[in-house]
Amino acid sequence: MSAPATSIKGRAFGDRVLLALVILLSIVMIAPVLWVIGLSLKENAELMADPNSVFHAPYTLKNYLNTIGTSSVFLWVGNSIIVSGGLTIGTLVLSSLAGYGFARLNFPGRNVLFVIVLFGLAVPEQAVLVARHQIFSILKFHNTYHGLILPGLSASFGVFLMTQYFKAIPKELDEAAMLDNASRFRIFWKVLLPLTVPAQATLGIFTFLGAWNDYLWPLISATKKDMYTLTVGMASTQTNFAQSEGIGFLMAQAVFAGAPILIVYLFFQKYIVTAVSGAAVR
Amino acid sequence: MADGLTIPRTSTPAAGVRAPSVDIYAPQWRNFIFVAPFLFFFTTLLIFPLLWGMWLSFHKADTFSSGNFVGLGNYIRLFNDKVFLQSVWNTFYFVLLTVPTLALIGLFLALCLNRRTRTAAVLRTLFFSSSVLSVTIVTLIWRIVFIPNVGLLSTIYGWFGATAPAFISDPSLAMIGIAIATVWWCIGLPMMLFLSALQQIPQDIYEAAALDNANRWQTLRSITLPSIKRTFVLVIIIQIVLQFQLFGQAWLMTRGGPNNLTKPIVLYIYDTAFRRWDLGMGAAASEILFILILIAAMAQYLVARNKADQA
Repeated sequence: MSAPATSIKGRAFGDRVLLALVILLSIVMIAPVLWVIGLSLKENAELMADPNSVFHAPYTLKNYLNTIGTSSVFLWVGNSIIVSGGLTIGTLVLSSLAGYGFARLNFPGRNVLFVIVLFGLAVPEQAVLVARHQIFSILKFHNTYHGLILPGLSASFGVFLMTQYFKAIPKELDEAAMLDNASRFRIFWKVLLPLTVPAQATLGIFTFLGAWNDYLWPLISATKKDMYTLTVGMASTQTNFAQSEGIGFLMAQAVFAGAPILIVYLFFQKYIVTAVSGAAVR
Repeated sequence: MADGLTIPRTSTPAAGVRAPSVDIYAPQWRNFIFVAPFLFFFTTLLIFPLLWGMWLSFHKADTFSSGNFVGLGNYIRLFNDKVFLQSVWNTFYFVLLTVPTLALIGLFLALCLNRRTRTAAVLRTLFFSSSVLSVTIVTLIWRIVFIPNVGLLSTIYGWFGATAPAFISDPSLAMIGIAIATVWWCIGLPMMLFLSALQQIPQDIYEAAALDNANRWQTLRSITLPSIKRTFVLVIIIQIVLQFQLFGQAWLMTRGGPNNLTKPIVLYIYDTAFRRWDLGMGAAASEILFILILIAAMAQYLVARNKADQA
């Protein structure tokens, strides 16, 4: 079952050293998270007296009840769902249409336009941040949902991914329909789009996750507390951190915000890994 | 249908197999309608702001107005600003701390976990899991590790009666603290890229090596590492581009302090443009960052293209 490279004699000692290193790294990965979960279950006064109290009872759910009791958290989760969902749907629609157009249809200037779209992959968000912010100020888009969603719609990655995917579908499938002069949109909708479901899933999860975790744009565009996304909202509650008051509460908030994403990751792991590595290599 | 089966993947009708009476691949304006919606957003929200940003960088501007033309004035002010030069240095220092670490640990994990066992699968899941968290959660986790008194680190040091290093407040350690949190957050991607490269090495080479009684070190040195050399370069460049954009970790863990020692370029842009509202100078700083990232992205493109040529 194991890879051939390991099927060589005299490897017991080396294997043990490697195993020890991997276990050590695993502990580094897990320990901080366990620490956070532990703190989130403790009374603050007890923590302040002795941090080692994390290792024994009594534990309490008070911090979680306080987190849920803070209505803002639900508001921010709602905002994040609207923004991430809106951006995901928009990206899927725009990228599928454009991907089909670039992969299957010809129009004047197609190749030049595609190269320009590819160039968009190399433009980092920070290079357009200042100008975008000024444009959105003039249009009064700040502190609105569309103000948070629109910038993401200009990302080229989805178009690039869908173009590649449409190109990989054998042309015989839609050529016959094209020769019969079926409408281009009908071919796209009825013949090709159903075949792109795996790519849609990959792109959708990638876009949703990216938007959910985005920090910089929401930070400068959503300045009203009611419009915060979860990422920005949680960051805003961290300011009085140094006083070490309500550490358990902050930790409960982190668990509350992190757990759903980790559960989603466990279910859609394959798509997420494909999407993230695909986006990196392009 | 039968035609498609006997001649797989001959897509162009020009091959002479069948010549359609209408050239369905001739350029037509109406086909443009499929790409038009995306191009609208792409042009208005990416290309236009990119050009506007360049234009802004030559002007003295605030939120609503773009004031007077100042030529290279913003850039000159930038290069005379000690804080900006410090932030450029900080960014390079951070890249130097994180990128080699990420590449080496990622490679190590990939080599160890490239097997079809359940444990390896679980560990791959574990090492990638931190990548799906937001920067807010990651920094919260690591601040609670580093914080004095109730921090994980100080608790562990406390068991041995020692004092933990102050990774957030000590000027010489603050950036290292941010780098540790970043490596923890980002380790999944390099590991996965190396894993997919390792899986593309043909298995029969290893079988041949095993027949020749090559030991594991020899196999690693003369087969595995040369086969993934290009992936290694690619991982390095991808990480340079990503880590150059450091912002959230520095802003949330140290606010750029102490003494601007952990302030990266993006945080300088944020401070200048959105806290001091000097948009012209902020735009100029973002152009500098853009050029730096563009150089790395070009390198990535060249490496990726070479790879495609060889395959």
